[in-house]
Amino acid sequence: MNFLQILSNTAAQILDPITIAYALAAVGLAVHFGFTGLLNMGVAGFMAMGAYGYAISVLTFGAPWWLAILVGIAAAVVFALVLGIPTLRLRGDYLAIVTIAAAEVARLLFLTGAFDPVTGSADGLSGYHTDFRAANPLPPGTYGFGPWQYNETQWWPRIFGLVLLALAVLLVWALMRSPWGRVIKGIREDEDAVRALGKNVFSYKMQALVVGGIICAVGGLVNALGANVNPGNFMTSQTFFVWTALLLGGAATIFGPVLGAVIFWVVQAFLSNLLPALVNIGWLPFLTSEQSQMLRFVLVGAALMLIVVFMPQGLLGNKKELTFVK
Amino acid sequence: MAITRSAPTRRLPRIVVVLLTAVLATLAVLLSTAAPAGAAEGDPYRISGLITLDGAPLEGVTMTVDGPGGEQTAETNAEGRWEVYVPERGDAVYTVTLDESTLPEGIAVIDETGADESPNVREVTLGQISSVVVNFFLGEGERNTTSFLDQFVERVVNGINFGLMLALASIGLSLVFGTTGLSNFSHAEMVTFGALAALLFSVTLGWPVWVAMPLAVALSGVFGYALDTALWRPLRRKGLGIVQLMIVSIGLSLALRYVFQMFIGGGTVQLPGVGAEKIPLFGAVRLSVIDMASMGIAVAVIVAYALWLTKTRIGKATRAVADNPSLAAASGIDVDAVVRVVWIVSAALAGLAGILWAYFRPGIRWDMGSTILLLIFAAVTLGGLGTAWGALIGALIVGLLVEVSSLWIPADLKNVGALVILILILLFRPQGILGRRERIG
Repeated sequence: MNFLQILSNTAAQILDPITIAYALAAVGLAVHFGFTGLLNMGVAGFMAMGAYGYAISVLTFGAPWWLAILVGIAAAVVFALVLGIPTLRLRGDYLAIVTIAAAEVARLLFLTGAFDPVTGSADGLSGYHTDFRAANPLPPGTYGFGPWQYNETQWWPRIFGLVLLALAVLLVWALMRSPWGRVIKGIREDEDAVRALGKNVFSYKMQALVVGGIICAVGGLVNALGANVNPGNFMTSQTFFVWTALLLGGAATIFGPVLGAVIFWVVQAFLSNLLPALVNIGWLPFLTSEQSQMLRFVLVGAALMLIVVFMPQGLLGNKKELTFVK
Repeated sequence: MAITRSAPTRRLPRIVVVLLTAVLATLAVLLSTAAPAGAAEGDPYRISGLITLDGAPLEGVTMTVDGPGGEQTAETNAEGRWEVYVPERGDAVYTVTLDESTLPEGIAVIDETGADESPNVREVTLGQISSVVVNFFLGEGERNTTSFLDQFVERVVNGINFGLMLALASIGLSLVFGTTGLSNFSHAEMVTFGALAALLFSVTLGWPVWVAMPLAVALSGVFGYALDTALWRPLRRKGLGIVQLMIVSIGLSLALRYVFQMFIGGGTVQLPGVGAEKIPLFGAVRLSVIDMASMGIAVAVIVAYALWLTKTRIGKATRAVADNPSLAAASGIDVDAVVRVVWIVSAALAGLAGILWAYFRPGIRWDMGSTILLLIFAAVTLGGLGTAWGALIGALIVGLLVEVSSLWIPADLKNVGALVILILILLFRPQGILGRRERIG
């Protein structure tokens, strides 16, 4: 068992596009759930809007990369409006069921063979990178040190993603200390009290759903820029993973979602390297190395349960500002 | 205070440990003997063929292959070749259908002997080989077409079968929601558990079906009891909100799903009797003995459940708790005991639904429950969350909708219709068909 190799692989995961994508999605979900109290279970749907919006614009309509990004964001706005109008007046768990259903509808529409020329059905989409890579300001070469050594094509989506993440965190920070943010948090604590103060609760909830949805979609986009678009990535389990990352870091915090996403993926990378190695040297005699990979996800489920029960405020959260209103 | 409270909590884990150990130990038997049927992705076995007419290849002929692993379609290429990859060989039966409407005008699949009424449909098994070639003989002739009405009736019968199965699962979910307020996402895994228990008793241990299936349902009930005792009751005592409980159920669902995958792998496993001969009844309706038995069992169980809920003491108490837990407690009903019974009934019904679902799909997969979870939610919401009969009506509507809609929309989109209905019903009548306005709060 090469422990140094395992540690190196684990460290490299911190800058992986999927980690940055999850961090962005978790920041968006923090706006929905942590600050507004909306139970959005359709995170994967929002991410799919960003990813497919980008890839289809480039491949089918030949849009330049920056316009394609805007199309992905616009798709997420439309998705948020379609979801929000029927459900935001209803009780929280209805929103949960509708968002999870809408995300599945979106995934099935991307997966079906009926639209294969546009969506690529089960194979997904790839080969849309040319224009984005042409905009890469980095001269060719390998940069970085230790486990973080990449060439210019690998650095570009990572840097771009990190910049977007920083912008998203800054935006949420600024919003949450503004009067708008105080109304939003008021809605989370007591909707009726905010309504009694003359605020249009429905409108505020809708704005929060759109803002968070855009950030989630940018997360899906960053992953699409780093790899390819595959409908298998947008299953409901992805939504649950983002929830795990968010609740781990702290739902009603600015940096909690980022920290949660990094921990989530670092632990995933560590276990996916460590567990097969442990199986190989015979320390896990009941498992095959294939089964040890499933053990990772069993642990994710168990962690989600334990966090919600014993540490609902998350790592960075304040126990007084509990995000679960009874 | 501390002493009186610690006594029950110290007693509980022992029961739980015994029950969970029993459940896990039985599953461990499964692990040691049931071999995974194949890989989930990049299926290893091939069904292929060559479509030619008088030696010239035909392009763009649509082939449909249905069987374990789901329905797949393929089109012939410029050389007239088509192929699909499937997850299983051995006894697994694949139905290969040539879509005659994609053939040139006046051309059909012919059968020289004339014995086969539908020569464009073939059933193949791979046995021990890893690829098989299916050829059709084309010529001028009468096409084998089913009239629209016959197709429609066939879909309706299928839809009722599917809807009854869905109803069993939905009733349980609705019952738990009504009494505890929990939107239980792990209900899907309770469905899968029933199918796995049936697999354990009937295949791994080789017991006869009439012993194995009731035992599997009973074990599902025990599973529900164990979950309530180990997880849900302590959390209710801790005073967790319904949102927290819902997220706990999501975590449980994830964990259980992958535990199941550790036991049976990523492939499809079959229960005994799958692929039994379909008997033509009327029109285009062909049902196997298993289909008929499954519909009969579902109807009988639903009637029994209705009698239980309306006539027995505990059934009446359940409705009282669903209506108003505090009032029920004040009138001397032991709410905790009622909720425990509700979990057992809910899990047993879900387990039975899982067995029927394993025959309807057909096949057992680690994520088979989660593929119908949203349909179950759609059925419950459509009928009215928390109402007793709404789930039944909602499930039948969803079942019919899913099956009948595939007459017009591609088969891989047939679940979309039900989910769109779910969203629309929340837009126009959020309390569902039978729900009362106050419940939507």
